This record gives sequence, structure tokens and C-alpha cells, in this order.
Amino acid sequence: MELLINSGIISSNWDSIIAICIGIAFGFVLESSGFSSSRKMAGVFYGYDFAVLKVFFTAAVVAVIGIYYLDYLGYVNVGELYIHPTYIWGAIIGGAIMGIGFVAGGFCPGTSLCGVAIGKLDAWVYVLGILIGIFIFSELYTFIEPIYTGYYLGNVTLIDSFDWNPYWTIFIFSVIAIVAFVVADFVRKKIKKVFY
Amino acid sequence: MNTEKSTNSHIYWNPYFGGFLLGIIIIFTFFLTGRGLGASGAMKSSVVTIVDKVAPTHAENNAYYSKFLKEDDTPMNTWLVFEALGILIGAFISGGLSGRISWRVQHSPKITSRRRLLFALGGGILFGLGAQIARGCTSGAALSGMAVLSSGGFITMLAIFGTGYIVAYFFRKNWI
Repeated sequence: MELLINSGIISSNWDSIIAICIGIAFGFVLESSGFSSSRKMAGVFYGYDFAVLKVFFTAAVVAVIGIYYLDYLGYVNVGELYIHPTYIWGAIIGGAIMGIGFVAGGFCPGTSLCGVAIGKLDAWVYVLGILIGIFIFSELYTFIEPIYTGYYLGNVTLIDSFDWNPYWTIFIFSVIAIVAFVVADFVRKKIKKVFY
Repeated sequence: MNTEKSTNSHIYWNPYFGGFLLGIIIIFTFFLTGRGLGASGAMKSSVVTIVDKVAPTHAENNAYYSKFLKEDDTPMNTWLVFEALGILIGAFISGGLSGRISWRVQHSPKITSRRRLLFALGGGILFGLGAQIARGCTSGAALSGMAVLSSGGFITMLAIFGTGYIVAYFFRKNWI
């Protein structure tokens, strides 16, 4: 909402409309990639379907290259973008809990919305679970607050944390992604097929 | 080839194609709004709204809900809620075009629907809890974080998938 919208190029009245349009594109791509299916999603953990790994890392690599390229060309200033803040233990503990939830339920929030949209009852139940989980967090907030607000490093990037060159970081990240895709295809051939 | 496609509704896009388009959407979102995508944010707004309707004083006194309550507006009026509505519409269109819309519980033939739903509920509860602790889910923290090389985004991604692989063994009966 900051950039084009706050700078007055696009009126802030368009905010919600832009949000819906971006959401539609996001939901369409997720569903078309098969992310409304929990059995396809869970395949990444058992080696019978690596769609999650491929879509997720391709998206991350394309996005990071594109954003830094726009920065290089001067259309975007990476420094002005919203950098997800780093709360070390919040990220590790929260991520670990999400990891268990992912394997148990076979969805993450965005993909469960796709499941909801096409009538998967397990996705409806999963979303209900997410709401309950958020409710539990809020009610226990005073106990969780030290982790939630502690160990704060700021809105830092890998460049700030390790003093790396951004272009080399992105290049190596892309190479890691490609190696992961090759390994994934190799593993998939070794593993017994699961039909779903 | 064409006949096969029209009869099998479980043929999805090439994952690299889907990932490429998703990456373009993320670039576009950052370019337009200065921030990334999200999914759990809308669910948080829903919980805040429900609690505020049912028990307004409780919501005001709670240190977490009160962060998202506004004097003259509903907590639902946020960018992420509209974006989540869009996700539902977009997924509905995609599913409709491919003939995937139907009421059903999807589960491995080795387990019952009841078991699948119980695990879905438990998994959802954990994911909801974890997404609040980490301040975002796979979309908001991991994917949108990684798109701008956020350290927190990378840590969250490693924690989600790392733990997923560690615990996958214990849940194998549900999937394979």
C-alpha cells in the first residue's frame, strides 16, 4: 500500500479492488498448481510428489530476481519494501509448530482456502482449526508474549545479517533451488508411486 | 492428449509454470503495494471480529485482540481480508474450469474420513498457533519474506520444512 498507492499514483480507494484482483490471481495459480489437494501437498514430505517444493522455490527465485532487477533498473527501491521482521525464536518455534500442522493437516492457510473454494470438507475443517489456533494464541498471549516480541533483530535481510553481496546471494539461492529440483526428481523416481 | 485432459480433472499445471506465475504475482504485489502476499492475516482478522462481536470487553482487555481493534472501523477492513476473498474466488474459478468442484473429504484409502477430519482439525489448530508466533504463514512469512531476502523469512521456511521432514515419519499412515 505504500509505494504506488501512497505516493498518489494510484488512489487509495483502489486498495481493496487491487487486493481482490491480486488474491484472485494468487488463488487461481495455487489451485491450478494442485494446491487444493492435501494429498498432493503432503507428497513433498514423502517423496511421491514434489509440486510444493517446485512451485514454492520457483516462485521465491523468480520473485527475488525480479524484485532486485526492478531495484537495479530503478523502478523499485528494495530499502522501501516491507521486510518481514526477524524474531529469531518466534520464527523457529512458530515455524516448527507450523511444520507439524502442515504434515498433520496437509495444508497451509493459503492452500486451505483453495480447498475451501472447491468444496473440500477437510479444508473447511482445517480452516476452522486455524481459527481455533489463533484464538488459543490470543487467549494465551501474555504467556507467549516473551517469544512473540523478544529476540528481535529488526527488519533485516540476509544481506544485513551476514554482510553478503545481494547478487551473489540470489545467484547461490537459485543454484540451490535448481539442485533441489534435480534431487527431487531423482528421489521421486526411487519412491513407490502413490495414486491420489 | 486433449481427451485425456478433459476426462482427468487431476491434471495440474507444470509446477515450474505455476511457480513462475506465482513469482510474477509476488513481484507485482511488491511493486504495487510495497509488501507481499498473505493468507493467515485474514483469518486473524476473522477471529478478532468474532471475539469482538461475542465479548467486546474481553477483546478490548486482551493485549493481542486490542492491537487490531479500531475505533470506527471493523477489523475486517484490511488489505489481507480482501486478498483472501480474492484467493477464494480465484481458486473457485480455477477449480470450476477444471471440473474439480464437489463436496468431499479427500483422504488416503487407508484411513477413514473421520480420521482425516480429526487430523485436519489438529493440523489447523497447530498451524494457526504457529503462524501467529512466527507472525506469518508459508505465504506471508516464508514466501514473501524470501522474496526480499528477509532473514526471518528464511528461518521460518527452514523451520516449517525441516520440522515437517522430521515428523513426517509419525504421520505416514495418513498419506502413504
